[in-house]
Amino acid sequence: MNETEIYEKVVGLIKPYAKNTESLSTLTQESKILEDLGVNSARLVDIVLAFEDEFDIEVEDEAADEIWTIGDAVKLINTKLN
Amino acid sequence: MGTRVVITGMGVIAPNGHGLEEYETSLREGKSGIRFIEKMKELKFGCQVAGVPQNVDEIKSRYLDGENLMAMNDSMIYAAIAGIDCWKDAGLGEVSPDSEVDWDTGAIIGTGIGGMDTIGEKLVPKVDAGKVRRLGSTMVEQVMCSSVSAKLGGLLGLGGQVTTNSSACTTGTEAIINAFLHVKEGRSKRMMAGGAEGSSHYIWSGFDGMKVLNTKFNDTPEKASRPMSESAAGFIPGSGAGLLMVESLESAKARGAKIYCEIVGGHVNSGGHRGGGSMTAPNPEGVMRCIREAMSMANLAAKDVDAINGHLTATFADPSEIRNWKNALEISESEFPLINSTKSMIGHALGAAGGLECVATVLQLNKGFIHGSLNCEDLHPEIQKVEKSVVRKTVEFKGKVIAKSSFGFGDVNGCVLFKKYEE
Repeated sequence: MNETEIYEKVVGLIKPYAKNTESLSTLTQESKILEDLGVNSARLVDIVLAFEDEFDIEVEDEAADEIWTIGDAVKLINTKLN
Repeated sequence: MGTRVVITGMGVIAPNGHGLEEYETSLREGKSGIRFIEKMKELKFGCQVAGVPQNVDEIKSRYLDGENLMAMNDSMIYAAIAGIDCWKDAGLGEVSPDSEVDWDTGAIIGTGIGGMDTIGEKLVPKVDAGKVRRLGSTMVEQVMCSSVSAKLGGLLGLGGQVTTNSSACTTGTEAIINAFLHVKEGRSKRMMAGGAEGSSHYIWSGFDGMKVLNTKFNDTPEKASRPMSESAAGFIPGSGAGLLMVESLESAKARGAKIYCEIVGGHVNSGGHRGGGSMTAPNPEGVMRCIREAMSMANLAAKDVDAINGHLTATFADPSEIRNWKNALEISESEFPLINSTKSMIGHALGAAGGLECVATVLQLNKGFIHGSLNCEDLHPEIQKVEKSVVRKTVEFKGKVIAKSSFGFGDVNGCVLFKKYEE
């Protein structure tokens, strides 16, 4: 799976949690999950579980704590997969 | 004395109707919301019928977005729908996630059992399978007792006290009495109050196990809830939410709000599990004291009570409830006020019962009718003594005062008195 495919899947998984739906049309790798998408910080736990299910990986708590942007998530998943 | 307290808005989602208009029509026409529940049959419940609000999947999508719904169970969804309706009915304007906090409004929204569907379907199976890590972030906010009020507080931006009470089947009525006292003391201009209860076989199972549900009418659901009937053989579980906007008269007048009626008295007490009372039965002395305290606060005499919306669940307690009212008011059988049971149409919605039934009571007082009680054509012999007071078919009503009482496990009692608003 290449990085573009991972990016598209990550965006799709985060989308249901975004309160700031307007931000969805202007997303980039640099978009911040909490600030830009308006995701409730508690829901990061659910998003990480969704990554685990979708990509069949395990994300340690320490690694999850380092996810701030969409790009952070893509990079982490890419590393785990490849 | 404190300020006068009025009702300025209502919201309801009941087994026989969503919204005030539909609920009123169903009450007037005697439309039952009791239906056969396949899941109860599959799981070998004795009772296989219940009262569940209809079309909720369609309704909820008009009130709540996907981000909110992913962390909401039945009782929270019912409370949200009734709460948003109540807010709008009270004329309090548009609310958005960016709107200002309303520091003048709080909420007391009770629930009897709470998020049992979440506990049964998600929490327990995952924890027992050693998958605590897979629970996700939404468990606590759905299983905490205050989930029903907390979520609504966020949706509406409430800045007053937002809390949940729980006193079994007295819950909804207790919430309204607590809100009434809160506003009367001047602690807040407005309190939204009532109860919400989810539709879950896990909630109902304990009552089925206790053999307090009616198991004899699974083939004829609309005949199953039979308060005051000689053939009553237990209650039928219900669910939904009913909420009132309880507001100071001063605040209501200042903003030109419509006024449904006034709350003139209310009292909550318990019987201490003495004198015949127990965890599951009321001490008659406690019930009578509760009624008398509410009457005394309202400065009303027995003859002033024109009608009673009873607790009347369709158990052995119905005749004693009537007897307690008669003794509390110190009246003869011929002087007994009109009486009906909303549960005959919607079942016993537990923590939501008082909320749903107070909405019914205020609608009756405001619109001038007393709805008929279904399925009491064969009155219990003891209740036959007050037969002329039992409303079986909806009648026009010109009275000024309706009393609403609720009684619950734990030997707890609540009585609230609604009166037509007069300057």
